[in-house]
Amino acid sequence: MSLNSPYLRKPTSVTRVMAEVLLALVPAIAVYAWFFGVGILVQITLATAAAIAFEAGFLKLRGRPIGRSLADLSAVVTAWLIALAFPSIGPWWLVVAATAFAIVVAKHLYGGLGQNPFNPAMVAYAVMIVAFPALMSQWPGAGHLDSAAQLELIFGGARSVDAITAATPLDAMRTGLRAEGSSVQALLQGEGFGNFAGHGWEWIAVAFLIGGLYLLARRIITWHIPAAYLGTLAILATIASFTAPQSYPGAVFSLFSGAAMLGAFFILTDPVSGATTPRGKLIYAAGAALITWIIRHFGAFPDGVAFATLLMNLCVPLIDMKTQPPVFGHKTRN
Amino acid sequence: MLRKLFKFNGGVKPATHKADSTRDPIKSVPLPAQLVVPLHQHVGGTPHPLVAAGDKVLKGQRIGAADGNVSSAVHAPTSGHVVAVEPRVMAHTSGLSTLSVVIEPDGEDRWIDCEPVPLRAMGADEIRDTLRDAGVVGLGGAVFPSHLKLKPAKGGTDTLVINGAECEPFITCDDLLMRERADQIVRGAEIMQQLLQARRVLIGIEDNKPEAVAAMQQAVSARGADTMEVVAIPTRYPAGGAKQLIRVLTGIEVPHGHRSTDYGVQCFNTGTAYAIADVVDRGRPLVSRIVTVAGNVERPGNYEVLFGTPMDHVAALAGVKPGTDRFIMGGPMMGFRMPAYDVPVVKATNCILVGSPELFPAPAPEIACIRCGECARVCPADLQPFELYWHSRAKNFGKAQEYHLFDCIECGCCAYVCPSHIPLVDYYRFSKSEIWARERQKNAADVARDRFEFRNERIEREKREKAEKLAAKTAAGRAALSTTAMDTVAASAPAPASEGAEDAKKALIAAAMARAKAQREAAAPQNTDALTPDQQAQVAEADARRAAISPAEGDAAPTEQSVR
Repeated sequence: MSLNSPYLRKPTSVTRVMAEVLLALVPAIAVYAWFFGVGILVQITLATAAAIAFEAGFLKLRGRPIGRSLADLSAVVTAWLIALAFPSIGPWWLVVAATAFAIVVAKHLYGGLGQNPFNPAMVAYAVMIVAFPALMSQWPGAGHLDSAAQLELIFGGARSVDAITAATPLDAMRTGLRAEGSSVQALLQGEGFGNFAGHGWEWIAVAFLIGGLYLLARRIITWHIPAAYLGTLAILATIASFTAPQSYPGAVFSLFSGAAMLGAFFILTDPVSGATTPRGKLIYAAGAALITWIIRHFGAFPDGVAFATLLMNLCVPLIDMKTQPPVFGHKTRN
Repeated sequence: MLRKLFKFNGGVKPATHKADSTRDPIKSVPLPAQLVVPLHQHVGGTPHPLVAAGDKVLKGQRIGAADGNVSSAVHAPTSGHVVAVEPRVMAHTSGLSTLSVVIEPDGEDRWIDCEPVPLRAMGADEIRDTLRDAGVVGLGGAVFPSHLKLKPAKGGTDTLVINGAECEPFITCDDLLMRERADQIVRGAEIMQQLLQARRVLIGIEDNKPEAVAAMQQAVSARGADTMEVVAIPTRYPAGGAKQLIRVLTGIEVPHGHRSTDYGVQCFNTGTAYAIADVVDRGRPLVSRIVTVAGNVERPGNYEVLFGTPMDHVAALAGVKPGTDRFIMGGPMMGFRMPAYDVPVVKATNCILVGSPELFPAPAPEIACIRCGECARVCPADLQPFELYWHSRAKNFGKAQEYHLFDCIECGCCAYVCPSHIPLVDYYRFSKSEIWARERQKNAADVARDRFEFRNERIEREKREKAEKLAAKTAAGRAALSTTAMDTVAASAPAPASEGAEDAKKALIAAAMARAKAQREAAAPQNTDALTPDQQAQVAEADARRAAISPAEGDAAPTEQSVR
């Protein structure tokens, strides 16, 4: 209890910050549900319930105040990010196990809120895509599945998946380009692609962008990470598509496909695991963009946001240390 | 007013709460039953009391003399008689006591003979001494003796900054002073400018005080001070921090540990300028100041308060509301909670902020830092407060210093915005005091070690010298063996000289014993050398008594004593 100045406090709290982040995710969730059906809502519910349960359980084990810590909503944010990053028609246990891993291993074993060096949602994603690569690449196609079918896929046992699932645009692009004589331009005309990126997916990305701009306006995040991430990704894509237009999609497709927008505004901006200094944020995000782009085009996975985030999380202590801004009075003279 | 202004990073904009206390003009305070004037009210040495209980004093009479140059005098705030000079609780969170002069007013409030200071006839040093003896210190809250800051810098002083920013919420004493007594502030600034030989004077006032800006502008043009300019600056806490204000007005950033004069700038509070004009033009030393009473009171306002007036005496005039749980000296961002309600108003008291749980609720429980960086965004010193927090929490003080802990001005912006409700400034205060304590310990240890090493060295040296002396003596003894020593031995003992080395040794020992005996005999009487006949008689008596009891001991005793 502080008996010392300042006696005035701004009415703010971690709960408020997290609530703003959740609010900023709502447009994307709505668009997601609009295009791809009820699956995402089910996954979010599952992940949230799991996150609260595991958070509460672990807080109890650690002897921490449960109510107050649950109220900070950080576990819910992790849950929503996991649900949004995972295929919305994955089996129920996939997202629950992922959330459990995120909360228990990636967060609490490192010391809980504020102590985790890695983004918990991305740790969960990385673990699951390595452990269950097939399940993690079964995505719904826009308008292909009705609610009943989706619920059946999530809660049912047998999965006759190939007939009903679709590849994500990034995946389709990747596999398509391997075929002889194919080109980016030809592929973009094909099924599953929309006006400037994947059909449906492009509008989810737009909704993430809108949510992200809201966070910027509310001063929950700063411009550095989204700008550096999207900027670097756009520059790399532009250069690549300029030199080899057949083989590399351009900037717009790159930015509005996969988890680029989600990553730029909601994942890389996680303050706990991200860089904190202004210059550090630029380096951190640009590095993540470079890794994302390399994984997308030369790696084993269709998208690289998760691994890019984790790899750059590793570099954060060094980046922060080396990018301390000059202190007042130490930049002009001395 | 199109002066180019500069920005400092960070800062916050809390609700100012200033309107309520600026409605009425500055009011006076009836004399309290007793004034408790602490002798130590400024940075620097504690003044020596010049009065004692029972003395009669006049208003403005010096009751404490400056202790050295880094100090300032203290004066009787009114006429009356001294009841006591004793330790009393001071206006400090610690609740510690400090030597204070307790004065019972006689109600006449009679001044000493006040002579204006003939500036032209005096040298600069003399003027500074006069200001020191008039008790002028920085009235913005830092209470640093002003005379020390009124020396022209080596490289020349370019700009004198007068600080009328007053950025803390609730506080309006400078605002009212500028509105009502602008002319004398400008006069004081002129005197300072003259002493500093400053090229220009910039008076910085936050733009939420348009009346003060207008009044000051009018006063400046009325005095025809053409090298003086009133500048309205954007309202943003802590714009009134000296370094922040200098930055805003001149673009110069004065680093921690450097004096602004090294950069050609000097900064004074408006109240200090006013006080200096009082000293010079009216010959009146500093005995009162304007104090804002605000917060949990019926009628917030400003009062001209004599130093030593109990805070509750002043606050009562504003009508303290029920629910009050503390008095804070200063503002809500940097103020200090007082240990009692009746602590005296001192030179640093710009505001008595009456607090209540409704007004300043206890912050929500502290939770983990999420490194959101909001603290870094609002830090006017461009620090990374959360890093300082991590390192302070881990008691990693070296790291905290690496992250420029001591550049922190404790403005409280970081704690104000922290979503985890971490009392960040408390962590920094803790770290700073720990580091100071360790430095003190280290210094003490260094001194002790130096002393120990010196002692060892001395012992070594003495040993060495002794050994050398002994060696020299032995050599000398050996050399003399064949002559003098042998003769002596031969004379005293009938042993044959041909027995050689054995005998030589014996001879040496015998010689040494003879010397020692001679010395002892020579030393023995010293004890009783310079005695009066009376004493000698007493000694003789005592000897006789002792001899009577035990004759043998009686003989030995004096020798033993003298050898010791």
